[in-house]
Amino acid sequence: MNLGTRLGDLAISDSGFVFDPYTGASFTVNATGLHLLRALKDGVIDRAGLLAGLDEAFDVDGADAGRDVDDFLGQLRRYELLPRDFELGASEVTP
Amino acid sequence: MSTVAVTGLNATDNPAPGVAVARALKDADPATRVVGLAYDLLDPGNYAPAWFDDVFLVPYPSQGSDVLRSRLTEILDAVRIDAVLPNLDSELPAFVALEGWLHERGVGTFLPTRQQFDLRSKLHLADLGERAGLPVPETVVLSEPAELYTLHEKLSYPLVIKGVFYGAAVCHSLEDALHAYHDVLAKWGAPVLAQRVIRGKEIDVCAVGDGAGGLLGAVPMRKTLLTDKGKGWAGVAVKDPEALAMTERFMDASDWRGPCEVELIRDEDGKTWLLEINPRFPAWCYMTAAAGANLPWLAARAAMGDTIAPERGFTPGTMFVRISIDQIARLDDYEALATTGSLVDRAHRFQGEDR
Repeated sequence: MNLGTRLGDLAISDSGFVFDPYTGASFTVNATGLHLLRALKDGVIDRAGLLAGLDEAFDVDGADAGRDVDDFLGQLRRYELLPRDFELGASEVTP
Repeated sequence: MSTVAVTGLNATDNPAPGVAVARALKDADPATRVVGLAYDLLDPGNYAPAWFDDVFLVPYPSQGSDVLRSRLTEILDAVRIDAVLPNLDSELPAFVALEGWLHERGVGTFLPTRQQFDLRSKLHLADLGERAGLPVPETVVLSEPAELYTLHEKLSYPLVIKGVFYGAAVCHSLEDALHAYHDVLAKWGAPVLAQRVIRGKEIDVCAVGDGAGGLLGAVPMRKTLLTDKGKGWAGVAVKDPEALAMTERFMDASDWRGPCEVELIRDEDGKTWLLEINPRFPAWCYMTAAAGANLPWLAARAAMGDTIAPERGFTPGTMFVRISIDQIARLDDYEALATTGSLVDRAHRFQGEDR
């Protein structure tokens, strides 16, 4: 599934400051959010890939990590940074 | 070195665009001589020597084009002016009427025609919207207050009561609407307009049309902070392909020549409506220079007869935040303006103030 241009065009800084050039809105994310945003932008849109990346970077795994990923994706959908019908796939796809 | 005259030097909490335009011209070429044409002795731009090399008081637009021409004749005897950029809605008809005379005197302009000016007026905006394929909120023209009593049959509350030039109030009841009607009528005259309220996010586009249906440059902006009058006090340049496409459709339908501000609103369903076309630069136009598309400079060059390539790039994320400062004014500047109506070539008095 294509991520759409909104997430793809986000300006993301190392500090976790994120600017949406389409709406002028800005927000901040913590280190795990930053990691997930970058992974999504890089084309990792399968659950296993996102969880493996989190585990490698932050040494977290299991059900909590899965719920956190779902919550975060929900927030991105709510802010229309991801298409409303976006679902994580089973494999890695380039956006 | 070119000399550009700029009007609209009032810069209060609801500022005119003149100071921003002058600042953008100085940014593009510090050697540009900027002549301020001011309506009031205390217009803040009069006392900003970094942006205005000369200032001349001019008669209020209500006095008509003959009085303006007479004053401009005196000014042109004192300084050479290569182009003039008028920045107020109310003065544009007089400058448009004097365009031929200005050109004879060597003063370039880049203005809409009178027909274009009228086409985008609030009275004709619905027709323009239809012609350009741009949705405009339903509008009713009111010629007498009695029409308010049956207005709910055409528009439901809340609705906006608007003046034909300025002023707007959201009304939730007939009582509100009657009060707003008389208030707007007293301030701005007839007719008064009633318009459906669209709730959503406003997008404003600062744009310059080439006069042949094309767009020379445009920067969309979202306000991020409003004053109590609803005016933008902070904003950010945004990437908005739909707003730019709507601006292009306006240019194509009107052959607009010169600067303008296209006011749009995107409702909760994602539909974008045309609210208004202001026939001059917005007060926030300096941000276009900061964003890499100096639209005042582009308009000034076009007015001076340069061939202009469209300038379509800009940097989204460029922000502005206004500031109110107590600008120190020199008594001798005030005296010169009060006694002679002019402040000529004060560059020699300018000693390194910050731009």
